[in-house]
Amino acid sequence: MSQATLEIRAISGHAGSVPGAGVKRELEVCKLIDTTTCIGCKACEVACLEWNGLTFSETTFQNSYQTMPETAWNYWNLIKFNEHERDDGSLMLLMRKDQCMHCEEPGCLAACPADGAIVQYANGIVDFQQDRCIGCGYCITGCPFNIPKFSPQARKVFKCTLCADRVTQGLEPACIKSCPTGCLHFGTKAEMKELADHRATQLREHSGFAKAGVYDPSGVGGTHVIYVLHDASDPEVYGGLPADPHVPWTVQLWKKPLKWLGNLAIVAGVAGVFIHYLRYGPKTVPEDLQGGKP
Amino acid sequence: MTNGWIDIKNTDMMLIMGGNPAENHPCGFKWAIEAKRNRNAKMIVVDPRFTRTAATADLFLQIRAGADIAFLGGLVNYAIQNNRLAKEYLLNYTNASFLVKEGFQLPENGLYSGFDPATQTYDKSTWNYQEGGNMAGKAAPIDRPAATAAPAPAVLPPNVAYDLALEHPRCVFQLLKKQYARYTPETVERITGIPKDQFLKAADLFTSIRKDGDTKKVASVIYAVGWTQHTVGTQIIRTAAILQLMLGNVGRAGGGVNALRGHSNIQGATDMAGVFDLLPGYLKMPRPEDTDLAAYLKRVTPTVSKPGPWDSFSYWSNTPKFAVSLLKALYGPAATKQDDWAFHYLPKIDRQYSWTQLWDRMYRGEVKGLLSFGMNGVMIGPDTKKNIAALKKAEWLVVGELYPDETSEFWRAPGTTTEQMRQIQTTVYRLPCAGFAEKDGSFTNSARWLQWKNAALPPPGDARLDQDILAQIFLRVRDLYKKEGGKFPDPILNAAWSYTDPQHPSLSEVTKEINGKALADLKDEKTGQEIKTGQQLPGFAWLKDDGTTAAGNWIYCGAWTEAGPQLARRGTEDPSGLGIYPNWAWSWPANRRVLYNRASCDVEGKPWDPSRKQVWWNEAAGRWVGNDVPDFKADSPPKDHMGPFIMNPEGVGRIFAPLAAFAEGPFPEHYEPMESPVKNPLHPNQSNNPVVKKFTTAEDVYGTVEQGFTVICTTYRLTEHYHYWTKHNPMNVETVPEPFVEISADMAKDYGIEGGETIKVTSARGTYIAKAFVTRRIKAMLIDGKKMHQIGIPIHWGYRGIAEDAGKTANTPANLLTPTVIDPNAFTPEFKGFLVKVEKA
Ligand code: SF4
Repeated sequence: MSQATLEIRAISGHAGSVPGAGVKRELEVCKLIDTTTCIGCKACEVACLEWNGLTFSETTFQNSYQTMPETAWNYWNLIKFNEHERDDGSLMLLMRKDQCMHCEEPGCLAACPADGAIVQYANGIVDFQQDRCIGCGYCITGCPFNIPKFSPQARKVFKCTLCADRVTQGLEPACIKSCPTGCLHFGTKAEMKELADHRATQLREHSGFAKAGVYDPSGVGGTHVIYVLHDASDPEVYGGLPADPHVPWTVQLWKKPLKWLGNLAIVAGVAGVFIHYLRYGPKTVPEDLQGGKP
Repeated sequence: MTNGWIDIKNTDMMLIMGGNPAENHPCGFKWAIEAKRNRNAKMIVVDPRFTRTAATADLFLQIRAGADIAFLGGLVNYAIQNNRLAKEYLLNYTNASFLVKEGFQLPENGLYSGFDPATQTYDKSTWNYQEGGNMAGKAAPIDRPAATAAPAPAVLPPNVAYDLALEHPRCVFQLLKKQYARYTPETVERITGIPKDQFLKAADLFTSIRKDGDTKKVASVIYAVGWTQHTVGTQIIRTAAILQLMLGNVGRAGGGVNALRGHSNIQGATDMAGVFDLLPGYLKMPRPEDTDLAAYLKRVTPTVSKPGPWDSFSYWSNTPKFAVSLLKALYGPAATKQDDWAFHYLPKIDRQYSWTQLWDRMYRGEVKGLLSFGMNGVMIGPDTKKNIAALKKAEWLVVGELYPDETSEFWRAPGTTTEQMRQIQTTVYRLPCAGFAEKDGSFTNSARWLQWKNAALPPPGDARLDQDILAQIFLRVRDLYKKEGGKFPDPILNAAWSYTDPQHPSLSEVTKEINGKALADLKDEKTGQEIKTGQQLPGFAWLKDDGTTAAGNWIYCGAWTEAGPQLARRGTEDPSGLGIYPNWAWSWPANRRVLYNRASCDVEGKPWDPSRKQVWWNEAAGRWVGNDVPDFKADSPPKDHMGPFIMNPEGVGRIFAPLAAFAEGPFPEHYEPMESPVKNPLHPNQSNNPVVKKFTTAEDVYGTVEQGFTVICTTYRLTEHYHYWTKHNPMNVETVPEPFVEISADMAKDYGIEGGETIKVTSARGTYIAKAFVTRRIKAMLIDGKKMHQIGIPIHWGYRGIAEDAGKTANTPANLLTPTVIDPNAFTPEFKGFLVKVEKA
């Protein structure tokens, strides 16, 4: 999507100042997912496919209602189903909508060596710019939520954009629009936090979920996608939601003193590709991938 | 639904049973979530499987498929024993105080009084009220034998005997108490497999709305085909109705007995008589003994039957007006008074023509051809094999469809050899039809709203609108009758067909015809309002039995008036905040959103809960007024004690359903499914529904535990798929790509089955092959003390579709397994709770 319509806060692999930084501060957006009212209907999955024009892929039955084991380069929004037995022996069917968390301190962006391949807008959305992506996959190691996915055909990495294209036009993301139960909400971070806290309190006081709470992990500076959980003390049971996500230390290290070194390596890599091109000609893109995005 | 989708948000308590709204009605389910979020409403889910609905419930109980009456009967018993009753409601708005005839016997041995084993039918003459007025304090002669005098005609007595103290041993309440006293928590556990402590927890929670005499709170019962698809389906729903009447929940915002419809227009199909024994608007179909209109009307028009001091509107007493107006709509000028309004044109049903029975007759070679529109007949009926065999015997088959479906390709069903195909003589015509987005018209949803829609795009290629195809067939058949005559050409030649373009009737014209119009100038003497000849009627109160009005369906009268298509309204105002939205679309009857809403007030006409005011009596105006349209005689003052259930001749809700209302008895009784793993613990000698008749062809076989069919099986839909359509759509297929069988982790262990392994499920009729879905969401159960397994099969796959065409499934429709046996009231097949065996494939 066009970068012109959104104010940028941070840019991957970029030396020097961020264009327009400090000029204007937009409201920070946030998606609230109330897992306690999600019914796993997958309307959000399909809306995501449709809005983003993602290609159909073949799936197989995996002894679960879950569409596939994890999100894919062409499947950015996945409900994770988990049968969880509580201490009293009663069963819970946990359904958590998994997608990019749009971290305040995005590990992917920190890890990315390509100038402008990942940007963070002032509204909090972390967006990949595939035209700048070099397919190195560093962002994948940088993400504590296992979100960016490499497309072997496009040789680029893809993930949820929080429908940045819709959001700039004043619309909610496609998943929010499609959700029938209203378990998804969209607004400013402050509003969503308040709504989430309110719901968590209700769950504690009226529904017997003493440990209900809000997931907005501080290890990544908070996220622009937050959850209400029945049991905030144990997010791992929701299909491996990390209890205390952090950007890996290797990436943190890389981000600071080692980055210039890495940049050198990248330059060498790009040079290698250029030499490859000179010798063998351009790589052909598979037909179904021609014509832009995934 | 007695109430509506949005109204669910007003509830304090939900019992969701026999339905899985989160998966099958996800958009409507938002209102259940709203109730939880905004009112802290509680949700109890009872289902054979822990579904995605159960995932949001406060309490989930796993029940054996087919044991619903035992559970609900247990709740009735619990409410009575613990005095969790709406006393004033029960007394004044139900027939609890009515006295039942001597000779009526409860089914302690499994049978009500009057059973004839030879014909498997009941003589229902004792299933009636006593004649006689106030009987308070007058003890009944104990155990007087049934009157053996000459049988009186089976009608309800006009002056019903009653006891407002509810103490008379023959009063409905005492009989009810006695009937369900047998449904103790222990018995409930034996039959349903729900442990006693869990049952008691649910019973306490559900009836807690009437704790300590509270009359403000309200509970909703929400169900779908998980209740209807049993040999006792209608009686399951009856039990829920009894429970809701006892708790005073019918007619109230957030209450009711709410059937969730599984298709966008199933409610409309029923309203418009997509059922063989009905005419539009729930008028009864004539029978051969109805030799003329008068005889028919005498049989079907009820007469008032109530305690002397009470009043009853008995709205069905207007049946003659509805019937004559229908005949005028059907036959136009040919329906004249001299000619008995062309009543003799109407077909008379000499037998039952329900779906399963029709296909049975096709199988027997008695039905020569089939027009199949809007359904995939091979897939939807019980026993796919029999249905395919039936089509082979038909001379012709016309299928109107969007996709190449299993019905139009029955001749190449898996396992059919080329040689066998050559033998099939059926001529198949497959007509490409328009899809829902390519047609205009209306849907009637579960909430009884008629909603007009526009076509989004024209049908592609050669596809045509259903009404165009039907018009072609009709016009050509009429031409043939014109040219060649026939046994009885009149009904065809004289059928009204006055559309602007007879070849392509527009659905707006059809809808206006259904609403009805004046055939002469009409005047309301009270208000002075006039309607001119040819004008659309504003409502069914204008219908006449003298031929001056025509209406294709009296309950839809008001949907398309002179003011325009009311069903196309899109007003989003909701002044009361109760989700009534009076200007959105149009709800039958008369734009009422909650049926029987008079019962939302106490006897004085004041709302039980002032924070949920629907209608109320305005003394100054001398009228019932409110946020909703009062479902009542608007000027009947509370002191007249007119009953709120105006469609019953009693004026009150029927806890005891007298006479011919139901085939198997005035109170529901638990009977085992036709294929059951146990003998009925209540009465082993009368295990099944006594009036259910089995089909008798060679295909109609029923399995037993002795034959090795020990596993209980149920079928259902998934949220990711829509019946047999979406298997052609890549996105749906991506979300759930393959068929599977849900089995419990306990069973997987017992059988040595791994998740994802291919297994074979076999019933007495056929075999289903798919991968095992091993889950903890189903558990082994103790039924009557024995450990039993229960499995579930989604119905969506057949032998045409993306996965099927790619050779990724075993091409076995789920209904290969299901038995040909039906509910004797609604004729719905028993798709839930039949017996199978399970093996590794
Ligand atoms: S649309 Fe909403 S309810 Fe449905 S799966 Fe997605 S988040 Fe859950």
